[in-house]
Amino acid sequence: MFDDFFIRALIAGLGIALVTGPLGCFVVWRRLSYFGDTLSHSALLGVTIAYSFEINIALSVFLISSVVALILIQLQKKTNLPGDALLGLLAHSSLAVGLVVIGFLTFIRFDIMGLLFGDILAVTTDDLLIIWTGGALILLVLKFIWKPLFASTVNYELAEAEGLNPDRAKAIFTILMAAVIAISIKMVGLLLITGMLIIPAAMARNLSDSPQKMVLFSIIGGLLSVLLGLFSSLEFNTSSGPSIIMAALVLFILSLLNIKQSIKLKN
Amino acid sequence: MSLENNTLVKLNNAGFKQNDKWLVEGVSLTVEKGKIVTLIGPNGSGKSTTAKIALGIYKNIEGSVEKYTNKVGYVPQKISIDWTLPLRVHDFMLLTENIKDEAIDEALNLTGVIHLKNKNLGNLSGGEFQRVLIARAISKKPELLVLDEPVQGVDYTGEIALYELIKRISDTLNCGILLISHDLHTVMTATDHVVCLNGHVCCSGTPMDVAKNNEYKTLFGEQASQILSVYEHKHDHVHSDKGEIKKN
Repeated sequence: MFDDFFIRALIAGLGIALVTGPLGCFVVWRRLSYFGDTLSHSALLGVTIAYSFEINIALSVFLISSVVALILIQLQKKTNLPGDALLGLLAHSSLAVGLVVIGFLTFIRFDIMGLLFGDILAVTTDDLLIIWTGGALILLVLKFIWKPLFASTVNYELAEAEGLNPDRAKAIFTILMAAVIAISIKMVGLLLITGMLIIPAAMARNLSDSPQKMVLFSIIGGLLSVLLGLFSSLEFNTSSGPSIIMAALVLFILSLLNIKQSIKLKN
Repeated sequence: MSLENNTLVKLNNAGFKQNDKWLVEGVSLTVEKGKIVTLIGPNGSGKSTTAKIALGIYKNIEGSVEKYTNKVGYVPQKISIDWTLPLRVHDFMLLTENIKDEAIDEALNLTGVIHLKNKNLGNLSGGEFQRVLIARAISKKPELLVLDEPVQGVDYTGEIALYELIKRISDTLNCGILLISHDLHTVMTATDHVVCLNGHVCCSGTPMDVAKNNEYKTLFGEQASQILSVYEHKHDHVHSDKGEIKKN
């Protein structure tokens, strides 16, 4: 019925949505959308390095994003610049370095559009393995650090005072962010990964009154976005990333109706 | 059991410096099981800082902290919850530890806010939120309770009831309490040990010792010291229904 590449893209997309759902909630709660952007911009450099040294793209992106995250944490400690300036600095300089390196790699033909916006044709069976084992690992670690991470999101001092070690949870979460970007870059593209994290979570916020519900709705929203997005991508021959994000946007707009209704009920 | 084993947290000449300014220095105090230690002092005297040193929130400190328990309940002075978090009272009760539903209900009952269990945290009034904060701290049956102005924003009758509750908890759970309060009346009735801070320890001891201290008098004024005397007075006699005074 469907071509193999499309089945692969579906399996990949659904795996990614399962991971971006809960992680996206934390991105919204902890106000990390620009942090996500910075990491994904640096992913371009990761991709070029993968091509230059012929190593796995996901692995290389993961390493570079982790390094950028570590540099960011160090800069935050050592300078007096505000957080958003540091994020912008790292995002654009790593993007620039990545583009310059691409310029030197004349012997390789790059599909820049595919890199930026995702390409369903590019998903291989190996990618599926990386997405599903990587994704399962990410979720497992997230479950393990959930309590301290969530408690310190609500109030850092409470978590610290009551012995939950929030600093360790935060450091681990940063690594998880790098990992989720690494596994979803082929599918969603580096410009739109943060959208995949934020939009389903934002939609879920409009529908939930507890953190667990928000995580659940965020996962469901992500899965639906992938399904809707990929089918329309096939139908209209559009890039996979933008199609998925647009589907998520439609769901978000629908969720706004729920807010309007609950405000009406209150009055 | 030796005395050492009753110690929950001990500050040895502890101090904390931020941006080259001492917030507090040279504080030594011990909180033991079943005892209430109260910190008093004017604004900016380092009460909350001392509590945070004891809790291990501030790490680069002078002196040292010895902590002998990990079962800690904390009611911070300031806490703001973000609207981006959908959080009900029930979720908040489970924030740092998974506790049984009965324990949650019991704690919320004790502080009189059981009816708010499924309400969104953002919709509570200041006083209601404060009661939830106290309920959360006691529901996990801690060995050490640190209460930083726990009844701020609570109505007058509620205030008295909550302080009675705190006293009762220290007895029933046999937990040590580090209390910060500006309400000298309560401080004096329920406290075993008072530490009066003003950037450093200006005096400490039993409530009566502190009341007699001259530094305390200059810091809080003559009237404050009379409050203490009134309360101390209450301990050595009782009034009968007819107003007669009976010595204990």
